[in-house]
Amino acid sequence: MFTIFDIPVQALFGQLLLGLINGSFYAILSLGLAIIFGLLNIINFSHGAQYMMGAFVAWMLLHYAGIGYWWALLLAPLIVGISGVILERVLLSRLYKLDHLYGLLLTFGVALIVQGLFRNEFGVSGLPYAIPPELTGGQRLPFMFLPNYRAWVVVASLAVCLATWLAIEKTKLGAYLRAATENPALVQAFGVNVPLLLTLTYGFGVALAAFAGVLAAPVLSVNPNMGADIIIVVFAVVVIGGMGSILGAIVTGFSLGLVEGLTKVLYPEASSTVIFVIMALVLLVKPAGLFGRTA
Amino acid sequence: MANVAIVASPEKSIAMRGDVKSLHRAIFIAIAAILIVAPFVLYPVFLMKVLCFALFALAFNLLLGYGGLLSFGHAAFFGMAGYAAAHAAKVWGLTPELSILFGMLVGAGLGLAVGALAIRRQGIYFSMITLALAQMVFFFCLQASFTGGEDGIQGVPRGNLFGLVSLADDRVMYMFVSVVFLAALALIYRIIHSPFGQALKAIRDNEPRAISLGFRAAQYKLATFVLSASLAGLAGGMKALVFQLASLTDVHWSMSGEVVLMTLVGGMGTVFGPIVGALVMVAMQNYLAQFGAWVTIIQGVVFVVCVLVFREGIVGLIAKVIRRPL
Repeated sequence: MFTIFDIPVQALFGQLLLGLINGSFYAILSLGLAIIFGLLNIINFSHGAQYMMGAFVAWMLLHYAGIGYWWALLLAPLIVGISGVILERVLLSRLYKLDHLYGLLLTFGVALIVQGLFRNEFGVSGLPYAIPPELTGGQRLPFMFLPNYRAWVVVASLAVCLATWLAIEKTKLGAYLRAATENPALVQAFGVNVPLLLTLTYGFGVALAAFAGVLAAPVLSVNPNMGADIIIVVFAVVVIGGMGSILGAIVTGFSLGLVEGLTKVLYPEASSTVIFVIMALVLLVKPAGLFGRTA
Repeated sequence: MANVAIVASPEKSIAMRGDVKSLHRAIFIAIAAILIVAPFVLYPVFLMKVLCFALFALAFNLLLGYGGLLSFGHAAFFGMAGYAAAHAAKVWGLTPELSILFGMLVGAGLGLAVGALAIRRQGIYFSMITLALAQMVFFFCLQASFTGGEDGIQGVPRGNLFGLVSLADDRVMYMFVSVVFLAALALIYRIIHSPFGQALKAIRDNEPRAISLGFRAAQYKLATFVLSASLAGLAGGMKALVFQLASLTDVHWSMSGEVVLMTLVGGMGTVFGPIVGALVMVAMQNYLAQFGAWVTIIQGVVFVVCVLVFREGIVGLIAKVIRRPL
């Protein structure tokens, strides 16, 4: 077996694949954050909790209702998305006239509540969620073993990210959304129901997070803390990429996942901090973020 | 712009009136009196916990309430200073005041590094950057050998103050903590009401205008950040000696959330609010400790309720009723 940098190629590609999977989650989550921030001017701190809810709803659908993975992939985002719509209507919509910081504080409180409730109910040890039978096993490639499910996660994430991007760039609803991000008052004057647009956008962003949660359920264990761990990294990803560009969020998410995977092979001690270090460097060189517009 | 302190700013723009000054002096005397009487009624350890967190929240409020900067990473300074002070006291055998001073210096140094990066962005990004950098500090503490990983640094000796007075007795320790707390409170009060504090408030309320008047906004923000981090470090170092323990809890992001909550409950941008907020939150934690994980949920509910209907906080509300800045 041949090696690169004294590291077996198998291990290198294995870690890169894991990195790519983490990158998929970063991409979907930062995409949702960027869309919500663009229109609502709120940083959704409960994004991690909603990602965790997605995984738990999938688990509950399977164990309480016998509904399998494929339906969960559709239903869990829908259910969590509806909870997001309710959250936006009941709580968030009262804060639009205030400083952005209050939105951050409110959603932080919501995240604490949701995580606490799930921790009380399910403990912190984590619950297993089986890989759907269609995707068990894997492919033996010349340089590595590729588990089918992991390949699916990457493909599905890419597809969802691209579909979201197309929907925002090419459809009429997406055009309204982009216009309302630029100037909500003017768009409302043209007869577009902006409050409804805000609600739907928040629901959609939250549904994206839940979708990532369902994808993650078979890879990671379903755990009440899974969202809190990932959301801070996603914040760093968002700072690095800048929230001005949808495509930027996607590219940054995937590439940072890869970098993290590579670090796990080359220098494992730094793997949990490498993204934060990159964030610090980007702030020094290009404070607005790689794809950001200067405010 | 980050105009957080809605409550107190209109009054504060008026020059300090004589009656406000004497009111504040009366409050100082009242706090000192309460500190003297309190240990006869309540446990000194509970009181010391309140004082450490009150100082932490005061430091945090200096940045948020007067600088308009919401840091979501203040646990890094608090916890890291705790580790530094504990290490200095236990391994190097320094006296308590030097250990705490060392913790404060570490907090200041870390504050300089984090602050210099974070002030490059504004508003919401500032919060995310501080949170991410604090998480980096958390991972560092988790992996570094001197912090003891999951165990933390246990059995930290309180030592002899100036090499003379033993702090092993809780009541003696309490007196030391009270004196430090009062001194720090006086210092923060001075900072807020100094020309530096006035310029800081001007930058908070309208940064472009302050810059056009010739104030170097970035330098003011950084200086405030470092001051706030040092004072948070003072609180953290003191807490490590009080509980004779430095652990991962104090560097975790949830600690950053707690200090935000204390300040919010007490009243952002009020001088005395964070003290009341810390008292309420620590008392609540002690009282609710038996309910285990419900503490987090209740904290979350308090957050939501405060943001929706109680943005002035307790002291902010009192200030509004008596129409005097507090």
